Amino acid sequence: MGHGFSTLLYKEVLRFWKVASQTVAAPVLTALLYLLIFSHVLEGHVKIHGVAYTSFLIPGLVMMSVLQNAFANSSSSLIQSKVTGNIVFVLLPPISYLEFFAAYVLAAVVRGVVVGAGVLLATCWFAPLGFAAPLWIIVFALMGGAILGSLGVIAGIWAEKFDQLAAFQNFLIMPLTFLSGVFYSINSLPPFWQQVSHWNPIFYMIDGFRHGFFGVSDASPWHSLAVVATCLALLTAFTLNLLKRGYKLRA
Amino acid sequence: MSVAIRIQQVSKSFGAVQALDRVDLAIEPGEFFGLLGPNGAGKTTLISALAGLVRPDHGTLSVMGHDVQSDYRAARRQLGVVPQELVFDPFFTVRESLKIQSGYFGIRDNDAWIDEILENLGLTPKANANMRMLSGGMKRRVLVAQALVHRPPVIVLDEPTAGVDVELRQTLWAFIRRLNEAGHTIVLTTHYLEEAESLCSRIAMLQSGRVVALDTTANLLRRFSTHTLRLRCRGEMPADLALGAAQSGGWWSLPFDRYEDVEPLLARVREAGCSIDDLEIGKPDLEEVFIRVMQGEARGEGR
Repeated sequence: MGHGFSTLLYKEVLRFWKVASQTVAAPVLTALLYLLIFSHVLEGHVKIHGVAYTSFLIPGLVMMSVLQNAFANSSSSLIQSKVTGNIVFVLLPPISYLEFFAAYVLAAVVRGVVVGAGVLLATCWFAPLGFAAPLWIIVFALMGGAILGSLGVIAGIWAEKFDQLAAFQNFLIMPLTFLSGVFYSINSLPPFWQQVSHWNPIFYMIDGFRHGFFGVSDASPWHSLAVVATCLALLTAFTLNLLKRGYKLRA
Repeated sequence: MSVAIRIQQVSKSFGAVQALDRVDLAIEPGEFFGLLGPNGAGKTTLISALAGLVRPDHGTLSVMGHDVQSDYRAARRQLGVVPQELVFDPFFTVRESLKIQSGYFGIRDNDAWIDEILENLGLTPKANANMRMLSGGMKRRVLVAQALVHRPPVIVLDEPTAGVDVELRQTLWAFIRRLNEAGHTIVLTTHYLEEAESLCSRIAMLQSGRVVALDTTANLLRRFSTHTLRLRCRGEMPADLALGAAQSGGWWSLPFDRYEDVEPLLARVREAGCSIDDLEIGKPDLEEVFIRVMQGEARGEGR
């Protein structure tokens, strides 16, 4: 990884940081609103794994923000560059497809983690949080961010127009994140939907992340780690192959 | 010394459209080379293939001896491309854009050279302006600057003066000429034929993806265009002269090869009793060459 990679990473981070009110403050506010509304309705009525509902909800919202913003960063940067044509600035220099991938995905992870930290900071005052196993928190945040950042690269390269990207986001990413146990434990679901949830990789990211806070979770964190690591490996291989072939980038 | 650009048997089609058809070109280091052709002739596709933006179906391209596919890192370091489209990154200032572009090429601490480029392109007062705030002409200058941050020995400009004002054209050509004099190889596509005529030492003309003419500018002008003596006169034009001449709007155009031929021509006209009201000498121009080559191609003479 050379200076080309670090410059592309720097540029991608600077890009979202320059419009931080949209890319950081807005998603933090959204997560805060979810917390206020759901905890107002459900606090005192629901306990999950012996944890009060608001405490349970906070890590879910943090991780959901990490994932959604990681996806948003790489996908929107790429589609904007493609639509405006300034993608040539990164295609003309001697940047390898590996460096290209690493820079976009890492910048996505940075955005996800920055927003996630912001959400944590804004919400941690509302309920007690443990940090039972901080290593799991870090591992799942980084790997989840990388997976969604990688998906964002795929979507950004595949989409030719903004509405195609919006479809990818609204019909795939949003349902997968909302139906992953951010707001509930999947143990509270009917057996059929429990089964369905076990096929949603994002469930494992949220569940493993939450395990880091409370030391309890729906699935074993090792099981979650295996699923998430496999997903990351497969997506990385798939995305690298697209980039190597120059899919939709080099005609 | 190896050639600056070598293009061998390059073909590329997009669906049913044959954008490039077995193109062969070799451009020497230090040349100022013109790539001309009507819209859709394949000029931009050829440049894109050279820059690695388009992958040819067949054939190879190299820049300073480095294959653009197998040795793309070295090839791209040798090449600076000014794209035709007026593209920019709205998030950054002019200086930020140039620093970032330098970084992509692996160059740190490029400020001295960036300052020099900014100065030469008249961009210094705009160095800290956001790209969005610049006029079209200024954005075009930044595109040129971005292509030069890594001091490439080979510079390709794809219609750099399309829709820009006279001042920028002159600033730009003065700068590009200096770069050429300093040893940079320049490849230019343009629709302004007088520009190509005054700048380029050698020219290739493309039509429907094929090279249909390739020669020095001087040779092309000699082969396809002539001097003309244009006269507005009263009286009868001698029949043998009238035969080889064209007449329109009261003007006769008499072709001739060398300036020594002008006096005898004028003498013949006078002897025939014509009195001359007005006189012009038309030089061979690339536009005429271009039209003749393209018409010849349309009739299938070039095949």
